[in-house]
Amino acid sequence: MFDDFMTRATLAGVGVAFAAAPLGCFVVWRRMAYFGDATAHAAILGVALSLALQMSIFVGAVAVALIMALTVTLLTGRGYAMDTLLGVLAHSALAFGLVAVSFLSGIRIDLMAYLFGDILAVSRTDLMVIWGGAALVVALIAWRWSALLTATLNEELAYASGIDPKREQLILTLALAITVAVAIKVVGVLLIAAMLIIPAAAARSFARTPEAMALIAAIIGGFSAIAGLRAAYVFDTPAGPSIVCVAALLFAALSAVNWRNRGDA
Amino acid sequence: MSLIDVENISVRYGANTVLRDVSLRVDPGEIVTIVGPNGSGKTSLLKAVIGAAAPAKGRVTLKPGLRIGYVPQRLHVDQTLPITVERFMRLTDRVDPETCTKALKAAGVPELLKRQMSRLSGGQFQRVLLARALINRPEILLLDEATQGLDQRGSAAFYQQIEEVRRDTGCAVLMISHELHVVMSASDRVICLNGHVCCEGTPAVVASAPEYRALFGTGTGGALALYRHDHDHHHDHDHPHSHEAAE
Repeated sequence: MFDDFMTRATLAGVGVAFAAAPLGCFVVWRRMAYFGDATAHAAILGVALSLALQMSIFVGAVAVALIMALTVTLLTGRGYAMDTLLGVLAHSALAFGLVAVSFLSGIRIDLMAYLFGDILAVSRTDLMVIWGGAALVVALIAWRWSALLTATLNEELAYASGIDPKREQLILTLALAITVAVAIKVVGVLLIAAMLIIPAAAARSFARTPEAMALIAAIIGGFSAIAGLRAAYVFDTPAGPSIVCVAALLFAALSAVNWRNRGDA
Repeated sequence: MSLIDVENISVRYGANTVLRDVSLRVDPGEIVTIVGPNGSGKTSLLKAVIGAAAPAKGRVTLKPGLRIGYVPQRLHVDQTLPITVERFMRLTDRVDPETCTKALKAAGVPELLKRQMSRLSGGQFQRVLLARALINRPEILLLDEATQGLDQRGSAAFYQQIEEVRRDTGCAVLMISHELHVVMSASDRVICLNGHVCCEGTPAVVASAPEYRALFGTGTGGALALYRHDHDHHHDHDHPHSHEAAE
């Protein structure tokens, strides 16, 4: 069944959606949307370095995304606001990445594939990396769930319960770097943040607990991946952006439903 | 042995020293209150106790395995984070539904179980915070201005509940407050803080200490005294300070 490129693409999309859902919830709760976006943009430098050094793109993207996220975390509060630092580092990394790619004259690369994803070209190996990475992210967040939630609600409360909020922040950063790396092939660096934020935001008004929100976000994300790929096939549109379009339409529709229900009450 | 033993700590934020050479001990079953003006380092001291602020000097020792029930000054539940009171109650501890219901009943708010945290009123929120802090039978309760945002009746009821908790469970309490008249009567020991320990002792002793009066005025009739306070005073001289206390 893995011989069909559409099957592989669908599985890849659903895998990324599952990892992005719980992580996306924390990105929304902790107001890290820009942080996620910036980390994803920086990953293009990782792609360029991987191609130049002829190593795995996954490893290169994880490494650069992680270095970028850690640098921002370390420098925050030392004279610059976080969003300023993110703006400087993320866009610099993106620009250096794009310039570095242009130097790689020996290899013909389709830059669009990394900026917007190339999900229809997902190989069996890619699929294994994507599901492996996604499983790692989900396992990491499930393992630390309660501690992450406490640290998100109140840092002092976390300290008093023997939880180190800084450590939890690192775990989220690591999960973010892995998610970015596995999502490059699926939606590309420019749209990864959309896969994190849109399903979580759409799930918010239908959830009463944090766990429910993560679960609903996973369903919305998974559905977006399947429906988006189908739409891309039927209308011959780019696959990654189509997935994000479906998620955005779902967000709009669910928000409208919720708004109406609230109006009645 | 003491539950909490703070030995001569100093806490700095950058170049700013907020605590200088502060010591504090809390024994089992004691109610200790820290009072002091704004910016006196009360919150920093509590942060040092829970490990959220690393002292530049000195040492903080907690009894090994100490169970802490912490009630933060403010807990903001973001609109984007859905969480019911029931879920919040078992945030850090495994609790069965029955214990959860019982704890809310004891806090006087059993009807809130299924409500969203972000929709609670200030008083309901504080009661839920206290119920959560008590759910794991803590050996010590830490309260950081826990009655902020409550009216006078609400905060009086809140402190009464704290006393009941101590009576019923024997747990110690370390709290920060600016509501001196309410807190005084409930405390075994009061520590008057202003970057350093100004004075310390039973409520009666502290209330009559010149250092305390310099900081808070004489505060007749239980009303809060307005005060003006000189933050840059030096301590290489004997008390009393040259503070101006307004009526």
